[in-house]
Amino acid sequence: MYNQITSNKRKSVLLIAVFMAIVLLLGWFIGEYTGYGYGSLGFAAVISFIMALGSYYAGDKMALSVSGAKGPIKKEDNPYVYRMVENLAITAGLPMPKVYIIADSAPNAFAAGRDPRHASIAVTTGIVERLENEELEGVIAHELSHIKNFDIRLMTVVVVLVGIISIIAQWFFHFRFIGSNNREDRGAGPIIALLGLAMIIISPIVAQLIQLAISRKREFLADASGALLTRYPEGLARALQKISAYTAPMKSANSGTSHLFISNPFGRKNISNLFSTHPPMVERIKALREMS
Amino acid sequence: MGVAALIAFWLIAIYNGLVTLKNRVDESWSDIDVQLKRRYDLIPNLVETVKAYAKHESTVFENVSAARSAAMGAKTPEEHAKAENALTGTLKTLFAVAESYPELKASQNFLQLQDELSDTENKVQASRRFYNGNVRDFNIKIEQFPNSLAANAFGYKKRGFFEIENGEEREAPKVKF
Repeated sequence: MYNQITSNKRKSVLLIAVFMAIVLLLGWFIGEYTGYGYGSLGFAAVISFIMALGSYYAGDKMALSVSGAKGPIKKEDNPYVYRMVENLAITAGLPMPKVYIIADSAPNAFAAGRDPRHASIAVTTGIVERLENEELEGVIAHELSHIKNFDIRLMTVVVVLVGIISIIAQWFFHFRFIGSNNREDRGAGPIIALLGLAMIIISPIVAQLIQLAISRKREFLADASGALLTRYPEGLARALQKISAYTAPMKSANSGTSHLFISNPFGRKNISNLFSTHPPMVERIKALREMS
Repeated sequence: MGVAALIAFWLIAIYNGLVTLKNRVDESWSDIDVQLKRRYDLIPNLVETVKAYAKHESTVFENVSAARSAAMGAKTPEEHAKAENALTGTLKTLFAVAESYPELKASQNFLQLQDELSDTENKVQASRRFYNGNVRDFNIKIEQFPNSLAANAFGYKKRGFFEIENGEEREAPKVKF
């Protein structure tokens, strides 16, 4: 498990570096293509730096506010949920995370933050109402495992960075349509222009794929270590069954944060396995049942 | 020379590993201690509340107080576990007594204390599991060869688990990775 933590920390740094490189390259291509030159490269450098810092220090707050999470709640606001988190955090040997409630009848939950001392857990009102005691314990233990394994740092950084890349790509199209008329004779040869265009189309897709690749395996891992915490894999298995039976999407479903949640917030759709941020529920439930 | 240096490095690595695990065990014990203290603080209030309704049950109150003092004086995890089990036993009698006083059972104060006590007991269980996990890791580490040689040389001994009664204790699931 400790190897997992080291690998997650390393991946977070690597990911920030790769994303900064992509943003810089994009900036350079946009400069060449639109004729703004190195100005746009400098702009991209500043942006990528601010975004990398922002994603590290404020990614959790962004994810929470995008999801419409209210809190952090105090013990009096919801003693049932608060105590459950408190007890499981003690079992896991973690400091008490901040607890947020999302007013949504779709059952879902997620964790965010940069390390266990700066971690938050958000649950929807739907999940609290729909699940029995041991089932909700399973879900919260799953989220605490994400915190313990430093999955949250990696996943929270992804939230912001994936968002940035798609925004920059959109800007480019904007620039292109406004800027192209009076700059026909400028700069870049057709090959660079073509390469640039290809990159701009590909980079959001690459960003998406990174997001998918890193989130699916860790769901299985968090299920398993969550089951070790509660000592009751059946609780989480039943919770996942109930959650997957509910097919309506969340009100605040957002493609930038979907990989944070325990179950896909867009509800059940027939998206192919490759492009899903979550492994199929059936497989997760099966894996949990094999443990008990 | 080279061999001696290698052995020295190896010993340092093992020693540092053991220190980390030992500190984890100590730290998690202090988590349990916090919760136990909270429990000891709640008990006098609870006894007073019950006394107000059930004046004639003095032996029960004496038993609870004696068990509480004994538990507070315990030193090692094993002693603590024994004393805690005795205390839990006397508390069960106290709550059984409370059953026959409907006014007490309806008292807001009593209900709140009962709720807090059961919350604290859940937290003792939670911290106990974290502690026992750390003890297990530590014991495995110092028993494994060749660490056992170094552990003996440094005077590290196996730690005791903290075992207390719990009706719904569950078996550890078998996790395959």
